[in-house]
Parts: sequence; structure tokens; C-alpha cells
Amino acid sequence: MRELIILFTTFFKIGLFTFGGGYAMLPILQRELVEKRKWATDEEILNYIAIGQCTPGVIAVNTATFIGSARKGALGGITATLALCTPSVIIITVIAAFFHNFSDLVLVQRAFAGVRVCVSVLIISAVIKLFRSSVKDHWGVLIFLAVFLLMTLTEISPVILIVLSGAAGFLVRFVGGKKK
Amino acid sequence: MILLRLFGAFFMVGLMSIGGGLATLPFLYDLGARTGWFNAGDVLDMLAISESTPGAIGVNMATFAGYTVSGVPGGIAATLGLITPSIIIVLIVARLLNKFMESSAIQNTLYGLRPASVGLIAAAGWSVVSTTILNVNLFMETKALVNLVDFKAVILAVILFFVMRFTKLHPIILLLASAAAGMIFSFGS
Repeated sequence: MRELIILFTTFFKIGLFTFGGGYAMLPILQRELVEKRKWATDEEILNYIAIGQCTPGVIAVNTATFIGSARKGALGGITATLALCTPSVIIITVIAAFFHNFSDLVLVQRAFAGVRVCVSVLIISAVIKLFRSSVKDHWGVLIFLAVFLLMTLTEISPVILIVLSGAAGFLVRFVGGKKK
Repeated sequence: MILLRLFGAFFMVGLMSIGGGLATLPFLYDLGARTGWFNAGDVLDMLAISESTPGAIGVNMATFAGYTVSGVPGGIAATLGLITPSIIIVLIVARLLNKFMESSAIQNTLYGLRPASVGLIAAAGWSVVSTTILNVNLFMETKALVNLVDFKAVILAVILFFVMRFTKLHPIILLLASAAAGMIFSFGS
């Protein structure tokens, strides 16, 4: 029961402080689950994110279900996911009910401009940490660069990139494994 | 029963959209056109607010659309509809993965997936950087180098970077402090 409560509060926090899409949840995920609780490693988080990207639905939701279920089975998955959504439901309901001109409020816009700068820095430093812990050889660097450039410069779907990278990893290890 | 219809409609959105919150957009347009619940302009308004409020964009959109159709119960029904397929599918995948985790085929595939994940996150990071700390669009239009960098934002970014490096402050504190800095210094203008 205690672990379920921790799962709920952790993912509630993540839902409350994720600005700008699923990947922005990463820095808080890393701090809460990898560094503070030691419930997952960087590598496991990356596995979950890659798989969450390929399964249907919102990435953040998929990742939450994945991590919750790894810790506490189906109940854990459901708890983490509901916790992630709860702040959204509350905040959006309040905005929809009372602030029709919400995005026009000057102070709100300014606050979000500041938050976006912070999100940039948080994501960059998360990427540096993850790169160090999970990109281990020149094949890894190659896949990282290819995915980054194709994502930035083309309109290709991330799902296709994930599938190709998985196939590439499989082939590299399969062929390389024989030599060992 | 409108709540059941909302649940069902967003269940389909959750089931069909692969690749994150923005992938739900085309399905929302389609849903609005078929049901008359909201129009394309409404969807854009919802997107603007969903992107600038906390939480996963897809979840925010579902809550918003559901609320528009049928108030608070509508928002909850739509959100539950959206996440239900995710929960079912991910729980099945997680179970299969646990079973075969030790297999070398899965391990080899994950060996390729992890750097790809880092690449995707880096690309998401770049898309935020290119519009906040840098202003790539304005630079492309004016070709003036002075327009490329938002100096106030760079100063905040550098400060944040050093604070993160040398302290163990929680990211949430940094986010709140940056929101306050934004209100005072007005970045990007």
C-alpha cells in the first residue's frame, strides 16, 4: 500500500510539472525514480520510453503505466496513470470553466516563457546524463545521431525511427555477437 | 448516453494515435467533424491551452474536449476513455516483456532502442531550445544574427545550468523559480 501511495504522489507531481509534451516528464522522472527511490535505472527508463512511443496512446501515459506495473503489477500501472492524469483533469477543468481567455493573460504568458527556458535546460541536462549512461559504443553514437538528425530535419515518424533502431540494434549485436 | 459515447470516442482516439499527444490531433478533427461536438477552431484553441498548461498534451486535450461537450463528468469520461487502451496494451506488453526479458533477441533490440530514445529526447529538447533560448524562426526571416539569441533567456539558462550542476535542487523548484523570473523579466519580447 505504501508503494502505491508513493507511486501516486510521484506521478501526480510529474503530471503537475510536465510542461510541453511527454518528454518533458523525463527530468522529474529521473530525479524521483532513479536518483531518489532507486526504483529504476536510466537504462530501464529509456526502454520504457522507447516502447511507450511505439504502443498506441499518449507517451507519458504509456510510460507511467509501464513504470507503475514494473513496480506493483497491474494495480501499480493503473495507479501511476490515474495519478499522472489527475492534475491535468483538475487544471483544465478550472481553465475551461473560468478562463476562456487563459492563454491571453499576460502574466501567464510570461510565466510560461520562463518555464520553457527551464524546460530546455532540464531536458538538455537529462540528455547529457542519459547519453553518458546509455550510449556505450560507436554504434550507439551512430543511432543517437541518426535519430536526432532525422527527427529534427525531416517529418519522418518517430515510430518508424524506433522500429528501425531496434532492428539495427538487433542486427549489430547478432552479427557482432558471432565474432565473440 | 453522452458520457458513454465520449468514453467510446476517446477510447478510439487513444487506440489509434501512435507517437504521443500531438498524434491525437487528426483524430480529434475527425471526431469533431463527425459528431458536431466541436469545430476545427475549437481544436486549435484547446491545443494552445493544452500545450501551455501542465500535463501530457493528449490528456489535456481529452479533458478539454470532454468538458466542452458535457461538463466535468464529460472531461473525466473522455480522459478515462483516452487512457484505457494505453493501460490495457502496455500491461500486456509489460507482461510479455518480463517473460522474454532475458532472451537475447529482446536484449539486442533494446540495445538499439536506448540510443534512439536518447536521440528522440534530444530532438524534443532541441525543438524547445530553438524557440525559447534561440529564436531560429525570427533569425531565418531577418538573417540578423542578433535576432538568433534571446539574451535574457540565455542568462537564465546559464544560471539554471550552473545551479543544477552544483546543487541538488529539485527540478520543480527550478521550474517555479523560472516562472517567477519570466513574470519579472518577460522573456522573448
